Amino acid sequence: MLETKRKEKSILTFPADREIALETNNLQVYYGDNHAMQDASLQFPRYSITALIGASGSGKSTYLRSLNRMNDGIARVDGEIMYRGLDVNADEVDIYQMRRRIGMVFQRPNPFAKSIYNNISFPLREMGIKDKSKIDGIVESSLKQAALWDEVKDDLKRSALALSGGQQQRLCIARSLAMSPDILLMDEPASALDPISTHKLEMTLNDLKEQYTIIIVTHSMEQASRLSDYTAFMHMGKIVEFDTTENIFTNPAVKLTEDYVSGNFG
Amino acid sequence: MNAKRVDKIATAVIYLLVGIVILILVALLGFILITGLPHVTWSFLTSPASAFNAGGGIGDQLFNSFYLLFLTLLISFPISLGAGIYLAEYAKKNRVTEAIRITIEVLSSLPSVVVGLFGFLLFVVQFKLGFSIISGAIALTFFNLPLLTRNIENSLNGVSNLQREAGLSLGLSRWKTVTKVVVPAALPGIITGIILSAGRVFGEAAALIFTAGQSAPVLNYANWNPFSGDSPLNIFRPAETLAVHIWKINTEGIMPDASQVSAGASAVLIIAVLVFNLGARWAGNYVYRRITASK
Amino acid sequence: MDAVKKELTRKSKASRQDQRGKLISLACVTLIMLVVLSILYMITSKGLATFFENKMSIVDFFTKQVWNPSAKPQALVGALPMIVGSFSVTVLSALLAAPFAIATAIFMVDIAGKRGRKILQPVIELLVGIPSVVYGFIGLTVVVPFTRTVFGGTGFGILSGTFVLFVMVLPTVTSMYVDSLKAVPQFYREASLALGATRWQTIYKVIIRASIPGLLTAIIFGMARAFGEALAVQMVIGNASILPSDLVSPASTLTSVLTTGIGNTVLGTLPNNALWSLALVLLLMSLVFNLLTRFIGKKGAF
Repeated sequence: MLETKRKEKSILTFPADREIALETNNLQVYYGDNHAMQDASLQFPRYSITALIGASGSGKSTYLRSLNRMNDGIARVDGEIMYRGLDVNADEVDIYQMRRRIGMVFQRPNPFAKSIYNNISFPLREMGIKDKSKIDGIVESSLKQAALWDEVKDDLKRSALALSGGQQQRLCIARSLAMSPDILLMDEPASALDPISTHKLEMTLNDLKEQYTIIIVTHSMEQASRLSDYTAFMHMGKIVEFDTTENIFTNPAVKLTEDYVSGNFG
Repeated sequence: MNAKRVDKIATAVIYLLVGIVILILVALLGFILITGLPHVTWSFLTSPASAFNAGGGIGDQLFNSFYLLFLTLLISFPISLGAGIYLAEYAKKNRVTEAIRITIEVLSSLPSVVVGLFGFLLFVVQFKLGFSIISGAIALTFFNLPLLTRNIENSLNGVSNLQREAGLSLGLSRWKTVTKVVVPAALPGIITGIILSAGRVFGEAAALIFTAGQSAPVLNYANWNPFSGDSPLNIFRPAETLAVHIWKINTEGIMPDASQVSAGASAVLIIAVLVFNLGARWAGNYVYRRITASK
Repeated sequence: MDAVKKELTRKSKASRQDQRGKLISLACVTLIMLVVLSILYMITSKGLATFFENKMSIVDFFTKQVWNPSAKPQALVGALPMIVGSFSVTVLSALLAAPFAIATAIFMVDIAGKRGRKILQPVIELLVGIPSVVYGFIGLTVVVPFTRTVFGGTGFGILSGTFVLFVMVLPTVTSMYVDSLKAVPQFYREASLALGATRWQTIYKVIIRASIPGLLTAIIFGMARAFGEALAVQMVIGNASILPSDLVSPASTLTSVLTTGIGNTVLGTLPNNALWSLALVLLLMSLVFNLLTRFIGKKGAF
């Protein structure tokens, strides 16, 4: 036991028959001279929830945001982000097509200043779906998936900004789901929500992993342990440990991880 | 003298100066409204001006002012919107952008008479458009562009970055994100800016004297064919606006009631500016409430 | 799997949209740049024609007192009277407006409560928006007779011009200075008052000191407006292109000669070119004012 705890780094890899939705190899992210993410190599198995945990400034949001290139123009990225056999940062990859497949939900709910219905239908129409009944169907199914349908089905014409924070966040999730992505990146989606909304959101995510691969940055270790199948612990721009959530929280291989999950720092 | 005495004296001086300023403001507005308003009647607002006799109105001038304003906004809004979008959304922080900003600021600091003279040289003389509404509208556009561009840029910058990220993360292009998400969210500020700029354009005269001209040909309000000579909509006819009219009858007017007409016209201009100012505030708030769905 | 790969590497509608959008917005900016550059170019080339085509002396232009570009056989283009006139009304009106603007701005930010500001703010904004011809009209019907009665002369002249411009720049300077006073952090005031300073000591030693760059910018902005103002000044200054010997006899400014003269001269002739030279001086001065505010803005905090 003591032997293993002297490890500095422990990264789980998957057998070849496990389907990987997204993986990064030696990913580096720089903000100017600041090397914000170093040598990040992770695999995200399909139809699972992976939590990224770590103290503020550990680089978890930076890492997440580079996965669908939301850091373009802000940060410089080196290394590989492999999705469906393509490097997300390669010139041949169309960034807009890629982002439709790798969606993102942000820390603070950011619905458009439009009606609930239009929040979902507008990006669909921009995508080229013109058929009204098809759009109606997607609006309904994505709102149902995000567990918001029952609360808003009677006034879809209402401004999205009139919804509560928790409802707005679920609308944002529905909006991302409507694009039928493969992967959903979530950057502390519950941090601006009250406990009841958070609970609803977590139930929603639990249902979603049947069909989506979810990568979620979270501040709350309880949330990570309740929700995720795998957990990566990051510290000062490095991935310290990646394993099943159970292992991370009950039997971490690295001392630093143990200190963090047991609340000794962070 | 101790500090408390000085404090009292200084406060008294400030009150005195502010009192004088308020007195001037009240006298100014009072003078225009009291001497002007009695003259403002329906027939004054609708009948054509008279060159030599008393009793002329400002009907054509009023129409010209609004028509010119409309055309100016029609030309300047899309250009300013594009330029504002470029500066707020696409421009990188570098020397080129800095140079662009300085140039736009230079345009806004040019005296309007210089802008008018340039319009005269380029459109009236070079392009042979003569004194015409279109020359005037373009001159006013030059004068309006920098202010409107800055206003739109500021309004766009005021929109939270979360909105842009929302659009981009859905795979929308930056252009669509800006035009369909950011611009609508910035609309309250943009509308306020447009209406305020409309007030300025409406009262501008120096840029128009040598572009839209100083004569108001007889208009036939039954003729709405924009290509016909006496149609009010014809953009190639000269058009004296209300502000130019006030200037003209005061500098070379020979009509006996020049000062009454000026007072009436000034009152109309002031009220128009007032309406534009209040309207800007109201419209901005209204759109804001519509967008945010707050009561 | 392959179909997805294909889709991912195909250039999307969105990426074409983005290129087009960037192009459109860049075109708008370029158009504005072109306008500015052509204004600068055309006025400069026209303005210099007096000296290069008509071979008039630049030194004479700035130092001689007689303006008679159509005189035969020797045209006289001494712009000194107009330059002096323009600078006189500008400086005098700024000097007159500054104390009033400072007092009003301080009153609005640091003395009057919220209610006082709520009343004054819209009034000041309204005054900024009043068209200059209206100021000119009031100048003609109120200020000129007033000057004539009180100070003698015809009433037309630099003094009337100063009064009119004073009222015109006052709201501009005030509202700009209000903004920079508001930018002085509240803890400056609290710290000073907590040290036992009186209100005036706080205003004079702390707030005004801290906001001097803002005040200068506001005054220069007002001066730029006064220098470039055409019609209001032209209506009250008397339009005599002679060097003013006092403040109550008719004089002229660059703008007043331009507005009266440009319609009465033939394009391409010396009398016309000489007017463009005046426009060039006007343009250069507005650039100087612009540079000054930029320079101050770089140095100052508020």
